[in-house]
Amino acid sequence: MFADLDAVFLARIQFAFTVSFHFLFPAFTIGLASYLAVLNGLWLWTREHRYLELFRYWVKVFALAFAMGVVSGIVMSYQFGTNWSVFADRAGPVIGAPMAYEVLSAFFLEAGFLGIMLFGRERVGPALHMAACLAVAGGTVLSAFWILSVNSWMHTPAGYTIDEATGQFLPEDWWAIIFNPSFPYRLAHTVTAAYLTTAFIIGGVGAWHLLRARRRGESPSAATRTMFSMAMWMAVVVAPVQLLLGDLHGINTLHHQPAKVMAMEGHYESHPEGCAPLYLFGLPNDAEQRLDYAVGIPCLSNLILKHDFTSPLPGLDTIPDEDQPPVAVVFWSFRVMVGIGLLMIALGVWALWARWRKRLYDSPALHRAAVAMGPSGLVAVLAGWITTEVGRQPFTIHGLLRTAESASPLAAPAVAWSLIAFVVIYFAVFGAGTYYILRLLSRPPKPDEPRLKDVVEGPLRTAGITPAPLEAARQGRPQPTGG
Amino acid sequence: MPIAEGVSFDLTVIWAFLIAFAVFVYVVLDGFDLGLGVLFAAEPAREDRDVMMNSVAPVWDGNETWLVLGGGGLFAAFPLAYAVVLPALYVPILAMLLALVFRGVAFEFRWRTERWRRVWDLAFIGGSALAAFSQGVALGALLEGITVDPAARAYGGGWWDWLTPFSLFVGVAVVVGYMLLGATWLVMKTAGPLQERMRTRARWLGLLTVGFIGAVSLWTPFLQEGYYARWFSGWGLAAAGAVAVAVLVLAGLMERSLAVHRHEYRPFLLALGLFAVCFAGLGVAMWPYVIPRSVTIWEAAAPEASQIFMLVGAAVLIPVILAYTAYAYWVFRGKVDPQAGYH
Repeated sequence: MFADLDAVFLARIQFAFTVSFHFLFPAFTIGLASYLAVLNGLWLWTREHRYLELFRYWVKVFALAFAMGVVSGIVMSYQFGTNWSVFADRAGPVIGAPMAYEVLSAFFLEAGFLGIMLFGRERVGPALHMAACLAVAGGTVLSAFWILSVNSWMHTPAGYTIDEATGQFLPEDWWAIIFNPSFPYRLAHTVTAAYLTTAFIIGGVGAWHLLRARRRGESPSAATRTMFSMAMWMAVVVAPVQLLLGDLHGINTLHHQPAKVMAMEGHYESHPEGCAPLYLFGLPNDAEQRLDYAVGIPCLSNLILKHDFTSPLPGLDTIPDEDQPPVAVVFWSFRVMVGIGLLMIALGVWALWARWRKRLYDSPALHRAAVAMGPSGLVAVLAGWITTEVGRQPFTIHGLLRTAESASPLAAPAVAWSLIAFVVIYFAVFGAGTYYILRLLSRPPKPDEPRLKDVVEGPLRTAGITPAPLEAARQGRPQPTGG
Repeated sequence: MPIAEGVSFDLTVIWAFLIAFAVFVYVVLDGFDLGLGVLFAAEPAREDRDVMMNSVAPVWDGNETWLVLGGGGLFAAFPLAYAVVLPALYVPILAMLLALVFRGVAFEFRWRTERWRRVWDLAFIGGSALAAFSQGVALGALLEGITVDPAARAYGGGWWDWLTPFSLFVGVAVVVGYMLLGATWLVMKTAGPLQERMRTRARWLGLLTVGFIGAVSLWTPFLQEGYYARWFSGWGLAAAGAVAVAVLVLAGLMERSLAVHRHEYRPFLLALGLFAVCFAGLGVAMWPYVIPRSVTIWEAAAPEASQIFMLVGAAVLIPVILAYTAYAYWVFRGKVDPQAGYH
C-alpha cells in the first residue's frame, strides 16, 4: 500500500499538517501570555477584582492551549530529521545554532516558570508570581524571535558559504544570519498577528457573554465588559498597524522573492510600463500561464508595491516554469489573509464609533460581528503562513536548495502511514482540547472565579494542584489558592 | 590535552558531553514522570491518581524541554548524526512523539471532564508506556548499529531495520527502569498507604532493573566486535568493571534504604545514581562514535564556527536554566496533600 505515492509530496503534506496545527497554539498563546501578564499587573496595581477574575478565567484556557502547543512543538523539533534529513544535514550548521538558542533561552524559560505562574501565586508571593508571568510572556516572544529568524533565513539566506565537499551551508557571519533581510519584517508582522489573533478571540468571547447577558435580561459583569473593551482597543490600534507592517513585509518580499509576490498578485504577465492592476478575483491557470476570469482595479497593484504608477513590474513570464511557486494556493491564501485584515480594521473602527456613542456594551449587532470574527485571527495567520511558505516553493532554502532534494531517503509507505497517524491523532486529541477550551469559555467569568484545577463537571471537585501544601500547613503558612 | 586513544580534547568533545548531559537530564527527569504514568495502571483509585499526577504537574513541561534540547542540540552540534539517526529510527521516534502528545495533554484534559476522565487516564498510561518503550527501542537499535550511506551522507537502510529482539528487549528494560524512578519519586512525594505500596513496588522494580542491566550488558558485547574489544580489554575493561561494581553497590544500598532504613528521599537519589552509572557505561561502549561503529563525533560535528557560537550561549544559559529549574522544584517541594483543593 502507498508504494506508488511520491514520498517527497507526502513529507510536504506531513510538515504542512503538523506545523499548521502547531502554529495555531503559539499564535494564540503568545498573545494570551502577554494578556495574562497585563491582567496580573493591573490586578496588583489597581486591586480591582475584575482583573483577577479575568486572570483566573483565561489562565485555565492558557494552560490547555499551552500544553497542546508544547506537545505539538516537540513533534516539530524532530520533523526536520525524520522527514527532511538532507535539509537537516545541509542547513544544520547554520540554522541549528539559532534553534538551540530558542530552546535554551525561550523554551526553558517558559517551561520553568509556567508551573509557578499557574500554581504558585501563594507559594512565592505576588512579586515573584508577577515575575513568572513576565518570564512566560517574554519566553513566548523570544521563542518567536528565534524560530522566525530561522524561518526567515530559509526565505532570505545570508551570511553563509557552501562547503564544496559536503554541500553543507557553513556560517560566516552570525549577525547576518540571524538578522537576515526578511527577518525584522517577518518578526513584526507575525508577532503582531499573534496579538491580533488573541485580541479577537478575547473580544469574541466577551461579545458572546454580553449577548448572553442581554438575552437573559441581566447586566453583564464588570469583567465581561472589561475583556470586550480591552480587545476592541487592541483591534482599533493594532489592526491598522498590521496593515502597514504587512505592506512593508510585502515590499521586502518583492525585493528578495519577486516570484512569490507575482503569485500573490496573480501577475503572470509583466507590466513594463507600470500600472499593474490589482486583481480582486481570478482563477490562476498555471498550464496556460494566465489568470482566467480576472477582475482587477487598474494600476492599484503598482501603487501598493511601488508606491507609484509608472515603475515596471515584471510577471511570472520572467521566471522559468520550474522555479515558479504554485500560483493558485498563494493567490487565494493571500486574499483570505488580506480580506480578514481589512475586516478586523472595520470592526475596530465600528467599536470605536460605538464607544464614542457610549453604546460599546449595548450594541448587539457589533457584538454579533465580534463573535463571528472571534476565530478570524487563526484563519488569517494560517492563510498568511501558507502564502509565505508555499510562495517559497519549489525551494526549502530560497534559490539554493530545492524541496525535492531536501527530503529523507524514506519509502513512501513510511511517510504515508505516519501522516495518517498524525492526522487521526491530532484531530482526536486537539479536537478534544478545543472542545474543552470552548466549554470553559461558554460560561462567563464569575466574581468567585475558581482556581485553575477546581473546574470539573459533576458533584465531585478535584484535588487541586497544591504542591507541598502539607509542609506549608506544618509551617503555618496559608494554603495555596492561587492560579 | 590528549585523552584515550590519542584523541585530543576539543570543542567536539565538549559538545558530545553537553549533548550527553542534556540526554541524561532528560532521561532521569522525564524518566520518573513517564514511569509514574505507567504506575498509574496499578493505582485505580481516583484520589491516588490525583496525588500522583499533582506530584509532577508543575514540572513535567520543563522535564520534556530537555528532550527538545537533546534533539535540537544534536541537530545543531552533530547535524550529520541527526540526519542519519532520525530516518533510521523513524518508527520508534514518531511513536514516541505521538505517545508524548497523548500523555502531555492528559495532564490538562483529565481535570476538564468527568465522563472522559478514564479515557484520558488511559491515554496517560498508554502514552507514558509507549514513549518509554520507544525510547528504549531507539537506544537498542542505535547500539545495534545503523546502516550509513557515506556517499549520500544519509541513512542507507529500510524503515523496519530497527526491529530486532535486542531493541525490543532494551525497550522493556527502559520501561522497567523508568518505573523504578517513578516509584522512588512517589516514595518521596507521597505518604500513607500509597507510599507503602510504592515502597514495595520500588523494591521489586529495583531487582528487575538490575536484572535487565545485567542482561543488556551481557548481550551488548555480542552485537558488534567493537563492543567486545572495548569491554574486555584496555581502559574499557577497567571502566566496565567499575560500572558493574557501582551498579551492584547502588542497588544494594537502595534495597537497604527502602526496606531497612525506610528512607523517603534517598531511594530516589540512589535510583538516579543507578541511571548515571548505566549512562556512563553506555558512554564507554559508544565512545568515540555518535552512531556506533560507523560515524565518530568528529565526522558528524558541525563546523567550529557553529560550535563556538552555541557554546557561548550554552555556557551562560545552561547554568541559569539549572538554577531556575532547581528553584521550581524547590518551590513545589515536599509531600503532595491528597486533601488539598477541597475548599
